Amino acid sequence: MWLTRPFSERSTQLFLGVLIAAMTLVTFLHLALPESNPLYVNAYTVNLFGKYLSYALLAVAVDLVWGYLGILSLGHGAFFALGGYAMGMYLMRQIGDRGVYGHPELPDFMVFLNWDSLPWYWAGFDMAWFAFLMVLLAPGLLALVFGFLAFRSRVTGVYLSIITQALTFALMLAFFRNEMGFGGNNGLTDFRDILGFNLRSDSVRLGLFLATGVALGLGYLICRAIASSKLGRVCVATRDAEARTRFLGYRVERFQLFVFVVSAMLAGVAGALYVPQVGIINPSEFSPLFSIEIVLWVALGGRATLYGAVIGAILVNYAKTIFTGVMPEAWLFALGAMFVLVTVFLPKGVAGLLAYRRKNSTSSSTPGNTSNTKEVSA
Amino acid sequence: MSFLGSLSERDRVFDFLMPAQSPVDVRHGPILYLEDVTVSFDGFKAINDLNLTIDDGELRCIIGPNGAGKTTMMDIITGKTRPDTGKVWFGSRHNLLAMNEPEIASLGIGRKFQKPTVFEALSVFENLELAMAADKRILPTLTARMVEPVRERIEEVLETIGLTELRHRPAGILSHGQKQWLEIGMLLMQRPRLLLVDEPVAGMTEQEMERTAELLTGLAGKQSVVVVEHDMGFVRSIARKVTVLHQGSVLAEGSMDQVSNDPRVVEVYLGAPDEEA
Repeated sequence: MWLTRPFSERSTQLFLGVLIAAMTLVTFLHLALPESNPLYVNAYTVNLFGKYLSYALLAVAVDLVWGYLGILSLGHGAFFALGGYAMGMYLMRQIGDRGVYGHPELPDFMVFLNWDSLPWYWAGFDMAWFAFLMVLLAPGLLALVFGFLAFRSRVTGVYLSIITQALTFALMLAFFRNEMGFGGNNGLTDFRDILGFNLRSDSVRLGLFLATGVALGLGYLICRAIASSKLGRVCVATRDAEARTRFLGYRVERFQLFVFVVSAMLAGVAGALYVPQVGIINPSEFSPLFSIEIVLWVALGGRATLYGAVIGAILVNYAKTIFTGVMPEAWLFALGAMFVLVTVFLPKGVAGLLAYRRKNSTSSSTPGNTSNTKEVSA
Repeated sequence: MSFLGSLSERDRVFDFLMPAQSPVDVRHGPILYLEDVTVSFDGFKAINDLNLTIDDGELRCIIGPNGAGKTTMMDIITGKTRPDTGKVWFGSRHNLLAMNEPEIASLGIGRKFQKPTVFEALSVFENLELAMAADKRILPTLTARMVEPVRERIEEVLETIGLTELRHRPAGILSHGQKQWLEIGMLLMQRPRLLLVDEPVAGMTEQEMERTAELLTGLAGKQSVVVVEHDMGFVRSIARKVTVLHQGSVLAEGSMDQVSNDPRVVEVYLGAPDEEA
């Protein structure tokens, strides 16, 4: 089966091993240790790690289209936010009549706007299965339509990057409007339950953290399976010589569309896992700056490795947490400095450094494995 | 040349390795037939009443000064350019003027461009794998597995183009000549009936040229090969039959000795005798 092929790769085994070990460790430190122990991990930190993991999944999705297909999407925040909104709508409906206004059906902001019934597009979001389906379908559909138009017209390179920026910016403006029915600039918040469990309890936070870890592992596997398949090699071929690939008989625009849609769906899942952990979704997730930041994570971690994207997302966001706690005004300078340093000294990102060290330690390069050539292309 | 012999093992052809091509009818001899073809760009006749016949399995060299219409002729055969008048037939069944580029390519006409374009980040082996005639839709590509007949076919072509040793190295590290061979190999993976090769030895070293000559002559017989080339020494070393183009039509045709002694050819190629030395 093509989906299980990555299990035989060393990098995948290593990645999944580290991920499972980290999840187990955090769970152990949180549950088994007394609060007085210095190694005790409190619920807040578990929650923070969960957030990092959802960012990591988003970064993996971006790396799939950027690293392997060469499409620099500066609008992946839009897919992330759409997945988040789908989850947010479900969580809003779960509040029921416990809102400030106590309306049995309408979320608070709709009561405030004097609406008397739910808009049609809110229908079905009280059902978990429907909402979770929309987490995949909403970003997927947007990517399908957008990608179809863009790739059919052979829009690539910097032009595509600019259009993706415009896409997420336009969505941000739209979601800011109260009339859209998504809570305007306040977004959706004040969530209480997910699948009947209290969102504010520690065990649910741990559960969400673990669920995000599992999603990251699965997302990584899917991306890795795509990247190591013949389709992945067609993607790399497209990235490096699109016209030549087309000349070989591959319908390049369809491959681009397929991978773009898969990536958008993964970003949507990341958003859906992010929202219950931070407790809010608002239009700022659509902001063009956020989308650019995602690309920075991937660049820092190293393109076209997938695990590099995970490393980049976690490192940058960890640094962000530290910095914005200690000296918030310096964060953007630190981010800029990190980016410049990595670009100058580690053009292949942190993953490039890891691969270099590994190559030196094993000394004999073993050909015959496609993952080797992938690293060269990174 | 024994390694080239492996290419003649035609009993080991598997259905799925074959491009979806309708049989080309070569019972009447020629595989490619151009009659009275004329193309003009803004009044300039790039091709003027061109008549050309390539036999099945033939290796033909086309020479001619710059602007003689060599590249335009290739463009017409592959469907990139439409002639104003004339006929272009592939075998005696397929009218190429009624087909578009992908259709012509899938019929078994492969073209190698002047400048080699290989996928530098992929290995030599993977380059050939992608070039192989196969189901190129998304899901079959996603689930494609490396099965033994495919691997054997790739190894076979690797041996033909002499890159077996380098098969797992990225194509980006190959020398210019090796990239040209890889590109020819990629064409061979598609099992073409007719190979159009544009200036294969430009920028090659002496040894690389010899190796290319061996490769192309080895291909002839199984495929028909049309080579456009400037290098007279190279043409002499491979060609059995040479066609000289001049101002869009055929000036002379015959063996290398015949055409190089033709006074009209000498006139067109004023500096040619020196170049041949």
